[in-house]
Amino acid sequence: MAHHEKGGHVLSIETSDLSFSYGTQAVLKHITFTARDGELLSVLGPNGVGKSTLFRCILGLLRGYTGRISVGGKDIRSLSASQMARLVAYIPQSHYPSFNFSVYNMVLMGTTGQFSALSGPGPKQKAQAAAALEKMGLAHLAEKDYTHISGGEQQLVLIARALVQNAQVLVLDEPTANLDYGNQLLVMRQIRALTADGYAVIQSTHNPEQAFLFSDHILAMKDGAVLADGAPSEIVTSDRMRALYGADIDVCSLYDDRLRVCVPKGIIQGK
Amino acid sequence: MVTKRTKRPGLALGILAALLLAAIILSFLLGRYPVPPKELVGILLQRIFPAIRPFWADTMETVVFNIRVPRILLACLVGCCLSAAGASYQGVFQNPMAAPDILGATSGAAFGAALAILLGAGSRLITLSAFVFSLLTVVLVYLISKVARGKRVLTLVLAGIMVASLFNAGVSYIKLVADPSDQLPAITYWLMGSLSGATKKDVAFVCAPMAIGLLPLFALRWRMNVLTLGDDEAHSIGVNAGRIRLIVMLCSTLVTAASVSVTGMIGWVGLVIPHLTRKLVGNDYRYLMPGSMLFGALFLLAVDDVSRNLLAVEIPIGILTAFIGAPFFLWLITRKGDTF
Repeated sequence: MAHHEKGGHVLSIETSDLSFSYGTQAVLKHITFTARDGELLSVLGPNGVGKSTLFRCILGLLRGYTGRISVGGKDIRSLSASQMARLVAYIPQSHYPSFNFSVYNMVLMGTTGQFSALSGPGPKQKAQAAAALEKMGLAHLAEKDYTHISGGEQQLVLIARALVQNAQVLVLDEPTANLDYGNQLLVMRQIRALTADGYAVIQSTHNPEQAFLFSDHILAMKDGAVLADGAPSEIVTSDRMRALYGADIDVCSLYDDRLRVCVPKGIIQGK
Repeated sequence: MVTKRTKRPGLALGILAALLLAAIILSFLLGRYPVPPKELVGILLQRIFPAIRPFWADTMETVVFNIRVPRILLACLVGCCLSAAGASYQGVFQNPMAAPDILGATSGAAFGAALAILLGAGSRLITLSAFVFSLLTVVLVYLISKVARGKRVLTLVLAGIMVASLFNAGVSYIKLVADPSDQLPAITYWLMGSLSGATKKDVAFVCAPMAIGLLPLFALRWRMNVLTLGDDEAHSIGVNAGRIRLIVMLCSTLVTAASVSVTGMIGWVGLVIPHLTRKLVGNDYRYLMPGSMLFGALFLLAVDDVSRNLLAVEIPIGILTAFIGAPFFLWLITRKGDTF
C-alpha cells in the first residue's frame, strides 16, 4: 500500500497546493493540509471562506482544481463516483428530504456502491445497515420515518449511512448546526468515538469552543487560504480568533485548559 | 407525532395485481355489444384448444379479439407507462409535482398530431408524427438545459416549461388555421385523449418502445431512491447522478411519447397515480415502481370502462381522468392524519 507513516499515523487524506477558482474569482488558494487516521480535524473559518468548496473538492464533486488531493496515497482526480464512495464518505447537514424514507432504508442507501446499477441491496448489505444502526444506537428507530425523528437522530442516521460505505475518511459539513445543545453533545460524542475506531474525520464548524474540546487538529481558513494549521491549543487563542473572525475576542481557559471559551470582549465591556 | 410504519408493501402489490386481473376480466364483459361470461371463456379457450366447437356468433369473436383485446391492452399499457414515467420523473428531479409532461413530451406530441391532421395525414401518420415530435421536444429541452447556466435540474424543468408553452402556442395556431368543419374537431378530439380507436396495430406500434423504456425504469428503481437525495449526496454514496438521470429521462420520455402518440393527451395519471401508490407502499422505489405500474394500468382500465359504458356517447378518457383524478387527489391531500 502507498500509505506513508508519519508520527505513528497513516496519512489518510492529504491536499497539496490545492487551488480552485470560479471563473476569475479564486476561492481556494494553495491549501495544503493532512488529516490522519484516528484523528478529528476541524475546519474553522468565517462564512464564505471556501470551506464548502474545499469539501466539494475533497469529495470529488468539483474537478477543476489545481494541485493534488490524495486519499491513502491515491490521487483522487480521475476516480469515478463509486470508487470515491469507497474512500471518502460525506455526511451532509440533516435536511428535509424531498421524499420520506424509513431510517433503515436511509442507511441502506449507503451500500449502493457495492452492487450494480440494475440490482438492489442483498442480505449482506441489509446486515451491514442493521449493524451500523446498532452501532449508532438507532436500532429502535429503524422503521421510523426519517422526517419524524429529532435533528440529532437524523444526523446520526446520516453518519450510520456513511459507515456502511466502508470508507476510511468521513467528511462532515457542520454536523451540529441547527441542533440543540443536548443533541450537539450527543452527535459530537459519536463523532469522537469514530476516531477511536480509526476513521479520519474532517468536520467544518462555526464553533471554536467545540473545535477545541473535540478536535485533534484544527485548520483555520481565511479568504480561501490557510491562516493557521495545528493543535487546538495553538489555534484557539485570542490573537488567532481575532484575526479569524475580525472581532474583539478574548479566549479564556477553564478546567486546567481542557476547555476554552470565547468571550466577546467588546460586547461585555459595552463598547 | 407518532406515525406508524406498518405498511405492508408486498401485500399491497399483491392486492393491486389481483384487482387488475379482476378489472381485465370485467372489462371483457362490459360494453355495448354484450359478451356473456360463458361465451367469453369459450372464445378465449378456443385460441389455446382449437378443438372447442364455437357456440357463439362470429361477431362476438370479432368484438373480443379486434376491439376488446386491443383496447384493454392499450389502456393497461398506457396507464402503466404514464404512471411509471411520472414516478420516475418525481424521483430523479426530487420534485413531487413532476409528471410525464414535465419535459414537454405531451406538448410536443400534441403539436406533432395537430400538424399531421392539418396536413391531412392518416391515422398511422398522425401517431408517428406525435411520437417523433414528442421525442424531439424532449431532446430540444435537454440541449437547451445543457447550454443554460445554473442548476441542472432547475434549468431542465424551466426549459421544459418554456418549450412546452412554445409548442402549445403552435397547437393554438394550427387550430386557428385548421378547417373548422373536419380538421378542427379532429384536433380537439385528439387533444382530449381517447382509447376509442385502439387497434391491434396501435398495440403493435407501442409495444417495442414501451418495453425498451419500462424495463430499465423497473431495473433502476433502487438507484432512483438514491437520486431523491440530491446529486451531491447521491454522488458521495457512489452513484453517478447525471448518468442515471439521463437514462431515466430517456426511458420515461420513450414510454410517454409512445403512450400519448396513440391515445392523445391523458393527463393526471402520471401525477396522481404515483402519489396514490406512495400512500399505499411508501416512497421506496423497489415497491413504488411496480406499484405505480400496476395501479396506473388498473386506474386507466377502470376509467376507460366508465368512459365507454356510462353514457350512450363515449366520453373522452382525458376528461374523465381529470374528473375522477382531481377530486380524489384533493380529498387525499386534505385528509386528516397524513402528511405529504
